[in-house]
Amino acid sequence: MEISTALLLNAIIAGLLLGGFYAAMSVGISISFGMLDVVNIAHPGFIILGSYIAYIVNDRFGFDPIVVSLTVSPLFFLLGAALYRVYYYSFERRGQESLRGLAFFFGILFITEVALVLTFGVDYRMVSTRYGDVTWRAGEVGFPMRLVVPFLVSMVMVIGVQLFLTHTFFGRAVLAVAQDPLALRLMGVNPVRVKELAFALSIATAGVAGAFLIVIQPVQPAIGREFIGLVFAVCVLGGMGSIWGTLLGAFVLGLAESFTSTYFGPSWAPAVSFGLLLATLAFRPSGLLGR
Amino acid sequence: MNNKIFAVVAFTVAIALAAVTQLVPNEYFFSAAYTVLLFVILATAWNILGGYTGYVNFGSAAFFAIGAYTTVFFYNAFKAPLAVGIVAGTLVAGLAGLGLGYLTLRLRGVFFAIASLALSVVLYIFIVNWDYVGGARGAYVLQPRDVPFGLPRYIHLIYAVQLVMAAFALVVARAIEKSTLGRGLAAIRDDELAAECSGVPTLKLKIFSTMVSCALMGMAGTTFPYYLSYIEPSSAFSLSYAVNSIAMPLIGGMMSWMGPLIGAVLLGSVQQLVQVTVSSAWNLLIVGVLLVLFVTLAPNGIMGWVDVWRRRRER
Repeated sequence: MEISTALLLNAIIAGLLLGGFYAAMSVGISISFGMLDVVNIAHPGFIILGSYIAYIVNDRFGFDPIVVSLTVSPLFFLLGAALYRVYYYSFERRGQESLRGLAFFFGILFITEVALVLTFGVDYRMVSTRYGDVTWRAGEVGFPMRLVVPFLVSMVMVIGVQLFLTHTFFGRAVLAVAQDPLALRLMGVNPVRVKELAFALSIATAGVAGAFLIVIQPVQPAIGREFIGLVFAVCVLGGMGSIWGTLLGAFVLGLAESFTSTYFGPSWAPAVSFGLLLATLAFRPSGLLGR
Repeated sequence: MNNKIFAVVAFTVAIALAAVTQLVPNEYFFSAAYTVLLFVILATAWNILGGYTGYVNFGSAAFFAIGAYTTVFFYNAFKAPLAVGIVAGTLVAGLAGLGLGYLTLRLRGVFFAIASLALSVVLYIFIVNWDYVGGARGAYVLQPRDVPFGLPRYIHLIYAVQLVMAAFALVVARAIEKSTLGRGLAAIRDDELAAECSGVPTLKLKIFSTMVSCALMGMAGTTFPYYLSYIEPSSAFSLSYAVNSIAMPLIGGMMSWMGPLIGAVLLGSVQQLVQVTVSSAWNLLIVGVLLVLFVTLAPNGIMGWVDVWRRRRER
């Protein structure tokens, strides 16, 4: 097959833009799974929930989905805090997180999905934005705005999370809890409180990422499942608990998916993330930037 | 009761039940009972790894589908009879479990769980793109016209076969539970590091129990293409298999072979009722809510209540 330069350039641009969005979806998993050791497989469920909230408000009032998601993110924060409370008291405190905790989150994922199906049906939903149909052109290379806008906001969010973690007292407490919860307790900080707030932050990022998702593509309740592999692939590929790693992993995955759908057809693209995840787990479980 | 006696009893009960229920006049009974039995096998199989060993497998649907599609493959390739599909599907699913276990069981348990979920998506996409077994369109598997044992319809045979296979799964699960092997698995579940230090060959045992568990899940799927004479990827890989095979042992109780059986019969029957009377989306919601409620409020399931009641009576 002849590879034209324009096709290649477009695939690279699309891959990078997609990668930025993947970083926004995965940054929450990097916090909850990578740092707090809470295996929140329900994360994609909250992303889809965020998409639907953005959809409802956009559909009724015509507000921009990303602005809506930033406005409702405190609600996601509270939801996350409440969820962590239940998780902590039911599983983590009793040392049962490995099996029952996983089953719990799986159940939560399933409930959000089925509840959305019951309320909205299985039709694909989309939002209308002013930039949705605009594409910037530089020669033969296109920059579709429906990818560029989420990409830019994603970058701000991911880098903001990284700065928050490294430059504030509370953020450093989160990093400390990731390293050694017992030592934190000896310093007079309650690790449960820190983990609760950090988990809440991770769910808040999921809600915002949901708005990006529905700007980029139409959303249906069941697609959340496909993102489970994606977010964990990014998190593990980059190296557990490293935000820069997550960013790198997201770009690698975005490029890999973009090339696959350009050269082999879009029906194979979802297999890339899961394949990459299996390969990483099998051959380099510590990830690219892993400690 | 030793294993041989239990096996004889289980198979006798299964065959007797299959024979007696042939008198049921309602055709719907067979298709509903087939589905419940399918869940009995899946739940029992899941529990060998999940309940005895403490490793969560989210990929039940993948192994179920491996069994189903192996049947389709042999049917397309050689017009092979059901028995060939059952044996081949069980073996292929067992091999897939062996491969997955070999690659990921050396890591922490959660990686196995995530990898099993990943496997089901990769396999789904693989099957959707594989035209020989029907691809996204699905494949037809015709039920043979003459049914053996003088049964009136093929669904009667499929149901009886599923009943015997459920008995087989229970015999295997119980044999593992009561053996030295089962004690090794329980040691891994309770404290893997301590087990390793006491000389339990943890990796070997984990891989073995994964293989057996996945093989039985595949076995449950082998009859599935014949059930509706038609199979397509999204029904074979339905998330409801993954959720149910986790929810049923959790609700029934994970410590013994009885738990998944009780959970599957209860939850399976309730779902059949709800599916007929209300809708299929609601029945999935019920499973999800029950799963979350039981896992948070009654972590030992129904068998846990039975244990508490027994202990109180002994006092």
